[in-house]
Amino acid sequence: MSELSELYQQVILDHNKKPRNFRKLETANHSAEGFNPLCGDHLTVYLNLEEGAVKEISFEGSGCAISKAAASMMTQALKGKSKQQAESLFKEFHGMVAGDSVVSDEEDASDGLGNLKVFSGVREFPVRVKCATLPWHTMHAALNNQALISTE
Amino acid sequence: MATIEKSVVSEPRVIAGFDVERVREDFPVLRQTVNGKPLVYLDNAASSQVPQVVIDRGSVYLEDEHSNIHRGVHYLSQKATTAYEGAREKVKRFINAREAKECIFVRGATEGINLVMHGHGRKFITSGDEIIISAMEHHANIVPWQMLCEEKGARLRVIPMNDAGELLMDEYDALLSERTKFVAVTHISNALGTVNPIKQMIDQAHKYGVPVLIDGAQSAPHLAVDVQDLDCDFFAFSGHKMFAPTGSGVIYGKAALLEKMNPFQGGGDMIKSVTFEKTIYGDLPNKFEAGTPAIASQIGLGAAIDYLSSIDREQATAHEQELLRYATERITAIEGVRVIGTAREKTSVLSFVIDDIHPHDIGTILDQEGIAVRAGHHCAQPVMQRFNVPATARASFAFYNTKEEVDVLARTIEKVVEIFS
Ligand SMILES: Cc1ncc(COP(=O)(O)O)c(C=O)c1O
Repeated sequence: MSELSELYQQVILDHNKKPRNFRKLETANHSAEGFNPLCGDHLTVYLNLEEGAVKEISFEGSGCAISKAAASMMTQALKGKSKQQAESLFKEFHGMVAGDSVVSDEEDASDGLGNLKVFSGVREFPVRVKCATLPWHTMHAALNNQALISTE
Repeated sequence: MATIEKSVVSEPRVIAGFDVERVREDFPVLRQTVNGKPLVYLDNAASSQVPQVVIDRGSVYLEDEHSNIHRGVHYLSQKATTAYEGAREKVKRFINAREAKECIFVRGATEGINLVMHGHGRKFITSGDEIIISAMEHHANIVPWQMLCEEKGARLRVIPMNDAGELLMDEYDALLSERTKFVAVTHISNALGTVNPIKQMIDQAHKYGVPVLIDGAQSAPHLAVDVQDLDCDFFAFSGHKMFAPTGSGVIYGKAALLEKMNPFQGGGDMIKSVTFEKTIYGDLPNKFEAGTPAIASQIGLGAAIDYLSSIDREQATAHEQELLRYATERITAIEGVRVIGTAREKTSVLSFVIDDIHPHDIGTILDQEGIAVRAGHHCAQPVMQRFNVPATARASFAFYNTKEEVDVLARTIEKVVEIFS
């Protein structure tokens, strides 16, 4: 069960049980809905962007433990970040879980990820990669004013 | 040496009684390990496994008979045609059709239902007509009828079900009227396991002169089907759910209805003559089989039918029922587990949810232990909506499954609950 405990780390289980920033954001000026038609995961990411920075961020919806924890921890990581920083964290995160890192070795790919590194175990479960990246894709869509995305 | 007849695979042995260990030996896939654990294959409602005799039959075709059918005067083409049409005869006996030509070979249940929608529906259904389906249909028996309704301005009516997952027969009665022009219902629900009282439902529809299509994708592998006794007008099923390769399947239709229908696809093999002015369509079943079919797969379906007739199906079904009973007992004893689909008449499908644990997570953890189940909406999203769950985990049984496998399943579900506690 060692790969399993890599996947379902305590931090992830904890965020699944008690997701942070799990609510609708009344002050949101950007939002997007994400779907994974394969497993029925469905979430909305809300952003309050001011002067190019994430002032507030939240999410709501339903999904598996991986997608819920990924969304919860994403909201914590992005609060206060600039749009650019958010986009580059998305790239790093995607690189880590999907194994398609685009960042060169010198700039150590996972440097900025901090506690998001708990999701590195997802890489061993190819069918679950989309669960972890769905909230990030949705956040990216919200930043760029797309209303709806689907991972299929 | 071309004339040497290679014996066409030894006939399967007839097994007296039901010996599950003996039957398991027929299925090579079951011998493998997954993540170092013996494979526990409980995704039979999606696709069942293929016995060695069916695999061998496919090899014989590819080694000795491969060529196009109905077209060549040459030796191989005749051999392939004989084998392909032989498979149709086996299908005819399997479902007790009056004639082999009533058994149209298609890619699977989905294509069969679409064939009827295009051939019958688009010809005979018009604005203001009503089509009745049920609340527990697979998307394959919803979407084609929705498309037809949209095109024709017809109306889709849905027979509701109760909390156990049983159709409400009074509501069905009330829906039937002179406006009803077609009924399409599933024999067994792939998401809930419910066995519907289709004989009675067909009778009721016939009182209004309405033809009935039965989606038999889940029943063909588990129950003896007699289309004459049921008196259904159409019956669709897929080979890959009944121990045959993908790409094989059948839509049965009463000859009188098939004759009146439009063809489905146009092309080679489905014609008598073609000029630029006019094409005369072929007779049944060719009219509905345009182009080169999945010859090897359909011959494989014939071999699977032979295999099924070599085992005692009554005992096999009894064994499956016992597995379902035992699994239901074991799983409902685990705290937080809730079974979705508790109909009195049920077969071999056990859909369940666990409080606060998403089925996707259940599926991943079970897979680590070598257990294959399906986690998701089972192509039956309206069923998920009816029971107010995003998805379920589903274990589905075949006669080659064992009680020990159910024990592994139950133990692993306990582990899932523990991880998330
Ligand atoms: C009840 C039911 N109908 C139709 C289908 C569609 O079968 P196929 O995908 O083989 O065409 C399925 C398969 O999942 C099914 O379970």
